[in-house]
Amino acid sequence: MYKIVTRRELVPHINLFEFSAKEIAAKTKPGQFVILRIDEDGERIPLTVASVDVGKGTITVVCHEVGKSTKQLGNLKQGDCILDLLGPLGKPAEIGKLGTVLCVGGGVMVAPLHFQVRAFHEAGNKVIGIIGAKSESQLIFEDEMREVCDDLYVATDDGTRGYKGLDFLKELLKERKIDRVVVMGPVVTMKTVSELTRPHGIPTIVNLIPIMVDGMGMCGACRVTVGGKTMFACVDGPDFDGHQVDFEELMARMKMFTPQEKLAFVFQEEGGRRL
Amino acid sequence: MSKPKPKIKKEAVVMPKQDPKERGGNFDEVALGYTEEQVVAEAERCLECVKAPCVEGCPVEVDIPALIQLIRERKFDEAIRKVKEKNSLPAICGRVCPQETQCQASCTMGKVGDPISVGRLERFVADWERKRGYEVPQQSASTGKRVAIVGAGPAGLTAAADLAKLGHEAVIFEALHKPGGVLIYGIPEFRLPKKIVEAEAEYIEKLGVTIKVNAMIGKLYTINELLEQFDAVFIGSGAGLPRFMRIPGENLCGVYSANEFLIRVNLMKAYDFPRAATPVFVGEKVAVIGGGNTAMDSARCALRLGAKEVKIVYRRSRQEMPVRAEEVENAEEEGIALEFLTNPTKFIGNDRGWVKAMECIKMRLGEPDASGRRRPIPIEGSEFTRDVDTVIMAIGRTPNPIIQQTTKGLEVTKWGTIVVDENGKTSIEGVYAGGDIVTGQATVISAMGAGKKAAKAIHQHLTKKK
Ligand SMILES: Cc1cc2nc3c(=O)[nH]c(=O)nc-3n(C[C@H](O)[C@H](O)[C@H](O)COP(=O)(O)OP(=O)(O)OC[C@H]3O[C@@H](n4cnc5c(N)ncnc54)[C@H](O)[C@@H]3O)c2cc1C
Ligand SMILES: Cc1cc2nc3c(=O)[nH]c(=O)nc-3n(C[C@H](O)[C@H](O)[C@H](O)COP(=O)(O)OP(=O)(O)OC[C@H]3O[C@@H](n4cnc5c(N)ncnc54)[C@H](O)[C@@H]3O)c2cc1C
Ligand code: SF4
Ligand code: SF4
Ligand code: FES
Repeated sequence: MYKIVTRRELVPHINLFEFSAKEIAAKTKPGQFVILRIDEDGERIPLTVASVDVGKGTITVVCHEVGKSTKQLGNLKQGDCILDLLGPLGKPAEIGKLGTVLCVGGGVMVAPLHFQVRAFHEAGNKVIGIIGAKSESQLIFEDEMREVCDDLYVATDDGTRGYKGLDFLKELLKERKIDRVVVMGPVVTMKTVSELTRPHGIPTIVNLIPIMVDGMGMCGACRVTVGGKTMFACVDGPDFDGHQVDFEELMARMKMFTPQEKLAFVFQEEGGRRL
Repeated sequence: MSKPKPKIKKEAVVMPKQDPKERGGNFDEVALGYTEEQVVAEAERCLECVKAPCVEGCPVEVDIPALIQLIRERKFDEAIRKVKEKNSLPAICGRVCPQETQCQASCTMGKVGDPISVGRLERFVADWERKRGYEVPQQSASTGKRVAIVGAGPAGLTAAADLAKLGHEAVIFEALHKPGGVLIYGIPEFRLPKKIVEAEAEYIEKLGVTIKVNAMIGKLYTINELLEQFDAVFIGSGAGLPRFMRIPGENLCGVYSANEFLIRVNLMKAYDFPRAATPVFVGEKVAVIGGGNTAMDSARCALRLGAKEVKIVYRRSRQEMPVRAEEVENAEEEGIALEFLTNPTKFIGNDRGWVKAMECIKMRLGEPDASGRRRPIPIEGSEFTRDVDTVIMAIGRTPNPIIQQTTKGLEVTKWGTIVVDENGKTSIEGVYAGGDIVTGQATVISAMGAGKKAAKAIHQHLTKKK
């Protein structure tokens, strides 16, 4: 059992959870994820670690309620326990002194991106941050990002805050000399940014989150095509070269269970009666 | 008073099974097990051979003649004790051992009729004990030595049980959330009920073994780190990496590895979806590629999840299928079709990225290959296309690679298996390995045999080290 020592709503439907998990905290590096299970009938939910406190023995994740299992997690309170927590999984992000690093985060993934940004900052890089969300009311981790970015840009899909969409990136990429781009967020965001950086030849790392089951390389649910080769995102990634990823395939695969997931959601809302 | 020699009974006592029509609609166990009368009648058939060739066929050398004698005398408590001297997981072995190639292969009775159903006898006495509550054997005095075991599959569980019995402290680190390895995540409920695996794992805990789940070695701790805390390490991490064919369309939606499909259905209980939260999709026309236990299990799960048509597509012929004979029979009874000498060449998708058809090629058999089985050769120009909406790739599994990648100084073959000597010792002092991680995918009982052997070697290593 793993105890929730902090639970905080950041914006509606996006919550921060700090779990007591001493051994995992001691080993987790930016870019790695955990898999948790709430209870005996629970799904395995992968979540990228947003920060660790080694002294306190805790890890923090930020989770967006998008379906049955994430909503169930959202309903838990401080002091509650979850049954299983496995990690750290995946390869750590490659952090080094590279020069100027542009870090783009979308939606809930701004939180784990911040873990990397901090590491890039501490490694002596100049960090330009971009954070985005659907709308102003969904923006998270702005203050935390400002603290560790040399420059921070804000963008929303609907233009309620900052730039509208990511078109402004075109100009930014022309004006600034950027050595590395890191993107975490929805697949469309990763795809868009990768297309924008391709003509400039800037190495662009995307953090892929395909559907996963075991997260330890035994099922292949997470397979993605990178440079024409099949990779398992959970063990070969989750970071890959954005210029090599087959995003179309990834998007199709991420919708594989949508009808079933809707059914599960309705089932949950109906109070778990047999359909 | 000399007993009159009983007449030889050539036919084995039939084990009751769930009706094939009914069982296609549920995940309950198919084989129901012998009754007390039936088990005794089957034991009566044994010829009491002096050299007992059956024992040689069993990788852990269960004392089969003694087992049979005790069953005849209806001393079931003693019978199970006898089995457990050699085999800590008898309820499992009785159900899943490929007996026809092991203990039953060399049974003398098999030369004139059906061999004695050793697996079914073993299953009976194990179930007998489970229903009455386990007896925990006397433990040796603690040696103060600690051994870390990686993986709670049959190899790891057996090694841990044997070490605990010898007085060592054994701690198992298992990456998944439940112990059992393939027994819990792969082999389906209707062939091996999960409560049996859980009960056997609990028995092993009663011996004093600690099972730590959610602990992935290589990530949480490396083997080298474990050596700082433990006196020895046993690696039983199995062969769980799914193999694909590397043909076009393999990443389409609707194409699963057998491992993904079986993990969803068994470990995550997708058959009970949506009460259990993990979904699985099964269409109307399912093709399972492969000819082993994994293929058979996947096909039978797909059928139970509502597929209209399930076909197993195998590139060799029936004789080469590496599968328990009983399970092919069960699968065919349930209505699963087998298509031999056929291999897919590509999968064709629709505009939403879902598989809608597959192209196959016919094969013929050539000369035997390294495995001793005749090599399949494609027949040019024999390609044909068939509609499918679900494909399950069950063409084999290779060793889990994480430990090999993260352990300094560990010698590994080019297939990714760990190199060991005849006692299971690896290239690192104090580190042993066994089971599928050493042999590549094999059987439950061979993994257990390897666990036993390594436990013995570890014991010697720990007791001589002063
Ligand atoms: C390595 C990894 C790291 C992740 N990190 C985070 C994180 O830090 N914070 C966070 O909020 N979410 C993260 N996710 C996504 C999160 O795991 C899924 O949103 C969650 O499993 C969905 O479960 P559900 O039952 O609530 O929703 P479902 O009902 O299963 O799905 C709802 C919707 O989400 C989509 N979806 C399903 N699975 C995934 C998935 N694995 N990734 C993305 N979308 C999915 C479905 O297509 C569907 O449209 C991560 C996923 C992976 C693989
Ligand atoms: C579907 C299927 C059906 C089968 N049917 C039969 C049958 O009927 N009869 C038969 O005899 N054999 C059968 N087999 C084969 C048999 O199950 C295996 O040979 C046997 O389970 C191997 O045992 P093992 O202990 O070596 O490995 P496994 O059973 O694979 O167990 C390895 C364990 O190690 C864990 N692990 C892996 N990596 C790590 C890590 N880094 N850290 C911590 N833990 C880790 C895994 O999660 C797993 O629990 C079948 C196999 C499959 C897949
Ligand atoms: S070989 Fe067969 S008949 Fe002979 S002792 Fe063994 S089980 Fe009995
Ligand atoms: S363990 Fe397996 S091979 Fe050995 S006697 Fe039992 S069923 Fe036969
Ligand atoms: S999630 Fe199973 S192999 Fe990656």
